[in-house]
Amino acid sequence: MSDFTTTIGLEVHCQLLTQAKMFCHCSTDYIGKEPNTLVCPVCLGLPGSLPVLNQKVVELALRAALALHCQILPQGVFHRKNYFYPDLPKGYQISQYDLPIGVDGFLEFYSRGVKKKVRIKRVHIEEDAGKLIHEGVFLPPGTSGVDCNRCGIPLAEVVTEPELSSPEEARDCLMMLRNIVCYLGVSDGNMEEGSLRCDANISLSSSSLLGVKVEVKNMNSFRSVYRALSYEVERQRKLLEEGKPIFQETRHWDEVKGVTVSARGKEGAEDYRYFPDPDLLPFSIKGEMIEEIKSELPELPLQREERFMTEYELSQGEAEILVQDKEIADFFEDTLRDFNEPRMVCNWITTEVFKNLKELGIDISQASITPAHLAELLKMVDKKEISGTIAKSVLEEMFATGARAREVITRRGISFISDEKELENIVREVIEKNPQSVADYLSGKEKALQFLIGQVMKETRGQADPELTKSILIKVLSSEE
Amino acid sequence: MKIEEFRDFSIGDYHRLFKDKEISPLELVNLFLERIKEGEDKIHAFLFVNEEKAKDEAQKKAENLPDELPPLWGLPVAIKDNICTRGIPTTCGSKMLENFTPPYDATVVERLKKAGAIILGKTNMDEFAMGSSTQTSAFGPTYNPFDRRRVPGGSSGGSAASVCSLEAPFALGSDTGGSVRQPAAFCGVVGLRPTYGRISRYGVVSFASSLDQVGLITRKVEDAITLLEVVSGKDDKDSTCAPYPPFGRSEIPAPEEIRKLKVGVPREYFPSGLEKVIKTKIQEVLEKLKEEEIEIVEVYLPHTSYALESYYIVAAAEASSNLARYDGVVYGLRVEGENLQDMYFKTRTLGFGREVKKRIILGTYALSSGYYDEYYLKGMKVRTLVRQDFEEAFGKCDLLITPTTPSLPFFPEKKGRDSYEMYLNDMFTVPSAMAGLPSLSLNCGYDEGLPVGLQIIGRPFEEGKLLGLALFLEKLLALPSPFPLFKEDNNE
Repeated sequence: MSDFTTTIGLEVHCQLLTQAKMFCHCSTDYIGKEPNTLVCPVCLGLPGSLPVLNQKVVELALRAALALHCQILPQGVFHRKNYFYPDLPKGYQISQYDLPIGVDGFLEFYSRGVKKKVRIKRVHIEEDAGKLIHEGVFLPPGTSGVDCNRCGIPLAEVVTEPELSSPEEARDCLMMLRNIVCYLGVSDGNMEEGSLRCDANISLSSSSLLGVKVEVKNMNSFRSVYRALSYEVERQRKLLEEGKPIFQETRHWDEVKGVTVSARGKEGAEDYRYFPDPDLLPFSIKGEMIEEIKSELPELPLQREERFMTEYELSQGEAEILVQDKEIADFFEDTLRDFNEPRMVCNWITTEVFKNLKELGIDISQASITPAHLAELLKMVDKKEISGTIAKSVLEEMFATGARAREVITRRGISFISDEKELENIVREVIEKNPQSVADYLSGKEKALQFLIGQVMKETRGQADPELTKSILIKVLSSEE
Repeated sequence: MKIEEFRDFSIGDYHRLFKDKEISPLELVNLFLERIKEGEDKIHAFLFVNEEKAKDEAQKKAENLPDELPPLWGLPVAIKDNICTRGIPTTCGSKMLENFTPPYDATVVERLKKAGAIILGKTNMDEFAMGSSTQTSAFGPTYNPFDRRRVPGGSSGGSAASVCSLEAPFALGSDTGGSVRQPAAFCGVVGLRPTYGRISRYGVVSFASSLDQVGLITRKVEDAITLLEVVSGKDDKDSTCAPYPPFGRSEIPAPEEIRKLKVGVPREYFPSGLEKVIKTKIQEVLEKLKEEEIEIVEVYLPHTSYALESYYIVAAAEASSNLARYDGVVYGLRVEGENLQDMYFKTRTLGFGREVKKRIILGTYALSSGYYDEYYLKGMKVRTLVRQDFEEAFGKCDLLITPTTPSLPFFPEKKGRDSYEMYLNDMFTVPSAMAGLPSLSLNCGYDEGLPVGLQIIGRPFEEGKLLGLALFLEKLLALPSPFPLFKEDNNE
């Protein structure tokens, strides 16, 4: 049953982070805006309007292409992709065809802890289309309309070779790609808002030849990429096992039903009648520009991940979690500057910090806590001035109020009891009050010790050093014997 | 004053009248409006007369005469209806845009206004500039002011006819394969198509982007110079517009320098099909130039005969894509249908005329996969050869002189007739358009009351020499500017 090979290739569209659209001065900040308010004669395709290239688009796409190790072609040409659709006011999309910005690159990523490499076929730039909107806030029932706010927003399309061998690998590859464009500041990589969109081509085969290719669209999260492709693998496997044909077609992922559905009417190759756009001159990419951008490329997620593994002795899994969000990785390293305990900082970030962020529903960039503040708190834990338990609740308050650790501790009247004499007195009181537990412990019940530690904590309202408490308890109990 | 007094006027003459307070801008506009009223039912040069706004603007100007007059101050101008004018309909002579009023001015219109010009109206044209007769306009044809039975040429036939009949002192047109020069020749006026990239195309409704260029139609060469100074030069809204400063008259060589220019005459522009009288007229001019000691050399442009065919492929290909936007969705005509496809189908079927549909189909075919290499790509290769022909010829001379058209103004086509004959009329204007070269048509005489056009072609961005020779010739030939009388036709 498992003698089918799965082959997947991805086509990923990233919205480039420019202020203005690709060929006009309209703003790209369209999320949540009233339809058709960010438009002009150019992006509406009014008669006589002409496109003028926003150079920033080329720069951002070049950054991405170089980070993906692509060959950069010295001259870029825009082609028109001709087709009729209401969200495409000009009747053609300005895109790139046989002369894209970058070709023949590669992308490395980890999947199940194993390093993989997929070749990048091409990186090209094109303009986005508008959106169809249906009855709702802006339209009366039974009507549809076109919102052109998104028309002309710059996109970079990254196409991989069909070399990914499982839905999981496809997802991990996409996550790395998203990570890279975010690190580069090329795109915000937000899949839910559509600034990162992924289509996949998937085929199954039992021989060395590729099987029939099915295109899967409408996957709006990493999870749905994984689910949709897993569904496709099963669907195609069943068909093959039953000896039924697989059609070359486009299928849409239905997130709710968890199935892919054939998008009928788009069968057969459409003829887009590509030809060089005569309204735009070819643009040249000079060697110096490439060198300059190359020299300014930041450390990329994979490099960083591997550096974290060697420099901080983190596991691949730990490093990956930190690196997946550039802000988090930066936060981690900034914290280390004041408190150089990588493992401890990593643990705190990936558990406590993540927990607080999730509860507040914010990103690290929106959090009121700074790396220096976290370092301060962890130092106190490290020096045993406060217990871990206390520190967790202090951190919670730091997140909630933006106060620093010392302020919270002073306000709450917390002080860590690490004075041995004081703690020994408390321990003796606890032992006196709990003869049964003492007896249990002495008869070999280890659990009783935990109970006694808990009692000390209760007595000190959590302010006792747990390690110290334990050693004093053991010392005092052994003298009881 | 009477309109016929302006027959041989150029802009400077009008400005002298303004300064001497002999006439006000409002009085001038009124004279042209009257002339339009008198002539329109005969020649139909205008699709829209901007009467109210033009009067208002002229009145405003009349109240405030500046000491130093901007180059076009107070002068009315006619604009071809494929050039966008804010708040004024811009139909391209098509049902598709019958109700379209642009919310913006084309760069050229902006510059005309800034120079003080007053928009007099929008002129008739072949639908989407596809044609050489102004017969394909969805709003009825324009007639040749010299002989109403004949066409005024096209596609800028309305502009040329309005300038010829002095319904406007000058006009803007557009020239894709000859659309300014050919009607200028047929109407006995000056038609200048500058170098591709000299004038911004922003706001000029695209037919074939790599060929379209704004053209100037005037009664005097001098006015073409002034207009070119005003409308040319770099524009940030058009990437194909050359990043050069506007044309300046200092680029025109002095008259004694003109005599040192070498004029080439391409043999291929005198084929057997050329109307005899045209050949004779051009040869007479060449003789006169020789008498003026201007050197005339014979040159060869061997790919001329392929230029026309490849033009009709390249231009149609670009048009098929440029006209895709007229789909009934965002603006323009919409004919409701049962579903989206049906709406597209009905809108485009009813919105476009026959000639436009024909070219869209031709262009779509030429770009289709499997045919692209054979048609579009080959057309582009021929285009390179045509350009190289000119480069070579310009190694031997500074300017070329040719006939503008192979025939005198012709009679309208009978319905259903092959348009190939009409396409042939562009044979002398298409090659320099394919090469992007500046070219100008100048009246060089009449044959039984019909004007004969002479074409001068120059090197890229050498409008200076081109206009210099045109001025020289205009003076040499000393022909009166046209002023056709709007009399009833004797034999219709």
